[in-house]
Amino acid sequence: MTTTAKKHKREDVAVMAHLLRRAGFGATCDQIDQYLDRGYEETVEYLLNPVAGKPEDEDLMDRYFIASVEARSVTHADPQWSWRLATSEKPLEEKIALFWHSLLAVGGIKLDHGLEMLTEIELFRRVGLGKFQTILSEISRNPGMMYWLDNQNSHKDAPNENYGRELLELFSMGIDDMGEGAYTEEDVKTAARAFTGWASKPTPPPFLLGPFPMEFRFDESDHDNNDKLFLGETGNFGGEEIIDIVVKQRATARFIAMRLYLFFVSDEPDNEEIERLTDIFQETDGDIRAILRSLFNSDHFKSEAVRFRKVKSPAELVFGTARLTDRFDIPDMDSSTLANQSMYMGQFLLNPPGVEGWHEGEEWVDSGSLIERINFAASELARVESPGVSRMVELVEQAGEALDPSEFVEACLDAMGSIDIDTDSKSVLIDHAAKRSSTETDGADRIVEMFQLIVSTPDYQYC
Amino acid sequence: MVNNTNGHKKKNLVVIQLSGGNDYLNTVVPYQDGHYYDFRPNMGLKGEDLIPVDDKLAFNSHMGTFKSLFDQDKMAVMMGIGYPEPNRSHFRSMDIWHTAEPSTTSAEGWLGKANSLIDPEGKNPIISVNFGRGLPRALAYQGVSVASVGALETYGLYTGLSGATNRDAMLDTVSRIYQPMADGGFPSRRILETGRGALDGADLLREAPVTYKSDVEYPEDNPIAQSLKGISQVMSAELGTRIYYAAHGSFDTHTAELVNHALLWDQLSAAVSCFLDDLKQQGKEDETVIWMFSEFGRRIADNGAGTDHGSGGVAFVIGDTVNGGLYGDYPKLGLSDQLEGDVRFNTDFRQIYATLLEDVLGVESEPVLKQKFSKLDLVRS
Repeated sequence: MTTTAKKHKREDVAVMAHLLRRAGFGATCDQIDQYLDRGYEETVEYLLNPVAGKPEDEDLMDRYFIASVEARSVTHADPQWSWRLATSEKPLEEKIALFWHSLLAVGGIKLDHGLEMLTEIELFRRVGLGKFQTILSEISRNPGMMYWLDNQNSHKDAPNENYGRELLELFSMGIDDMGEGAYTEEDVKTAARAFTGWASKPTPPPFLLGPFPMEFRFDESDHDNNDKLFLGETGNFGGEEIIDIVVKQRATARFIAMRLYLFFVSDEPDNEEIERLTDIFQETDGDIRAILRSLFNSDHFKSEAVRFRKVKSPAELVFGTARLTDRFDIPDMDSSTLANQSMYMGQFLLNPPGVEGWHEGEEWVDSGSLIERINFAASELARVESPGVSRMVELVEQAGEALDPSEFVEACLDAMGSIDIDTDSKSVLIDHAAKRSSTETDGADRIVEMFQLIVSTPDYQYC
Repeated sequence: MVNNTNGHKKKNLVVIQLSGGNDYLNTVVPYQDGHYYDFRPNMGLKGEDLIPVDDKLAFNSHMGTFKSLFDQDKMAVMMGIGYPEPNRSHFRSMDIWHTAEPSTTSAEGWLGKANSLIDPEGKNPIISVNFGRGLPRALAYQGVSVASVGALETYGLYTGLSGATNRDAMLDTVSRIYQPMADGGFPSRRILETGRGALDGADLLREAPVTYKSDVEYPEDNPIAQSLKGISQVMSAELGTRIYYAAHGSFDTHTAELVNHALLWDQLSAAVSCFLDDLKQQGKEDETVIWMFSEFGRRIADNGAGTDHGSGGVAFVIGDTVNGGLYGDYPKLGLSDQLEGDVRFNTDFRQIYATLLEDVLGVESEPVLKQKFSKLDLVRS
């Protein structure tokens, strides 16, 4: 068996691999080994507390992606995020940015401003694991968001309800299956009044013909200063107070707990666990880090029942698979085209289809995107020269010379970072391995072919 | 094909998307209007660059095929087409044309929804075939399978894969894995069925070039011609496909417009000419309607080297069963008639959609467009 299995218990490896798929974009065998040396809870802490500050590769990116400096459009900006998703050593920071990007969605279709979209992602990196109150407060001051949801056009005498409504419906309290929320139409209108005067303004572009960086602006003279009744409380509320009241609501705690569960644990909600996370949200004043700590350390999360029960988003599939090759030394076309791959599969990063973000889970997979997913993943695993794939081949070879077909398939699954597949899929792969071994002599080809078949399975569409 | 209840035969729809914003004023040129030359000192077309249609309008000289289609009454020119409160962002405006939702954002494409009405049970995974990578939002709709094809000959799994020496055996294995089982299992039935549909669709589509016979020689170095060739191949294979989609561009001619716009229309002229000849050979000329549109037109005034994003544009409906001619009035170009420097639209594009949905595809338009739009008398049979 592989070195990993020798050094650590099989179940520990499986649980660590699961954590790294969910809190990041998966990991190679050697990385899993290193994390196991550190320990599970310590790894959770490490992931939850990424070192703050400006990443060292900022200048490198600017040098290689010249057109993405002060990016004009989303397509100019995508290479930057693509590089980070493919290489960041703070995987949860990128993962939580993806989470908020789909929940507090600002779409390039209307904003059409690459620089602002990257600013939003940077905001999520910076505060995405902090208090929910901070996240809402910052996103409400995000000029892109203010423009996207028309708060520009919300005036003291004529409030525009768009931001007030989406803040309650899509960003915090949510609605039930019947479209009912734990708030009234009056609350929506009141929230809109409280946010009057919150808007953005362009600043001079640093380059000729470049985009105008946007800045938050509060216009006191255009702000509704009258008393307001909101969710049962009365006062001369501004946007900040509205957010404070919203964050206190049980509905908000439950909504965010539910979304975190669906994103990090399983496409099938588990009410008991979501209630537990809801309690933690309320006990900690919406501390996302504390909720995730409890989530990742729970027996529920570690149980086999939720492993491979979440359909990979295109970003998870693309960057998770690309990371297996471990080939990204400099930000070049190789890393930037990964964003295109995600787009072909239905997730155009920095350009969610609407304020609802993407519909996740099984809706990711349609016949066109499935072909893209399989072809992309198989072509990544064909990179035999890459450090990652050649290491995986080596691990299978080290597992033993006279492996029977079943052992061979298991060795391949282990080498790919301890992934598992259903017994039905597995038995077809074992059949394939049995036939292949009798006709082929070149071991590396046979191994790579099995890697390619593994990423072609329906099972691999899950993480 | 079966008659629709409205008396129109069901036909295939071929969409050609002119991506990037085709310059209306230099496509159908108001060559007798002084305003045109006043606003276009650098980009104004005259003399040999024009093929006059009448004493007011001329086609760009690189649209030879389209002029002859127009003369044969097989091309309807939709002048001043657009939607209220135009958006000049490529993304947003294209999105509006794709979803037919000018006022809200939506993830549901108008043709994806039409597909779901044509084949409510999702029995045929290739009712819609897109030529190009990634799905245009026009074709996106929950539960609808769409094949997105780069090239037919290489469509499917593992076709571009280096070192896949054992491809047939690999395909066989994958095919055995994607066998839908009872509900409630893992992987889910839905994913397995999707895989089944994708593999079956790919097998069907890859066969299309094998049975296809034609004398038409599509130019090799012309991407839209190659896409239209693929469409003809799929059509000739009779796989039940009704909606075909291809894109051509980029029409985003901020600079070097005279050169690039001419090249793009040269390519389109050659491509559409071949395609129509081919349709005749395949006996499909009465069963096919082409819809050609762009997300917006461009500014009335040029910027010296090209034109910037505008609103209000031109679109075309082409086919043997089409009532050719000019539809709508050419928008006035005078300063007082402009909309922030652009032409004003006079025909809502959703009227054309309603017509294409009902009189070409044979589905109700109201569920797709969410309201009733008056149709135009565009299709003869």
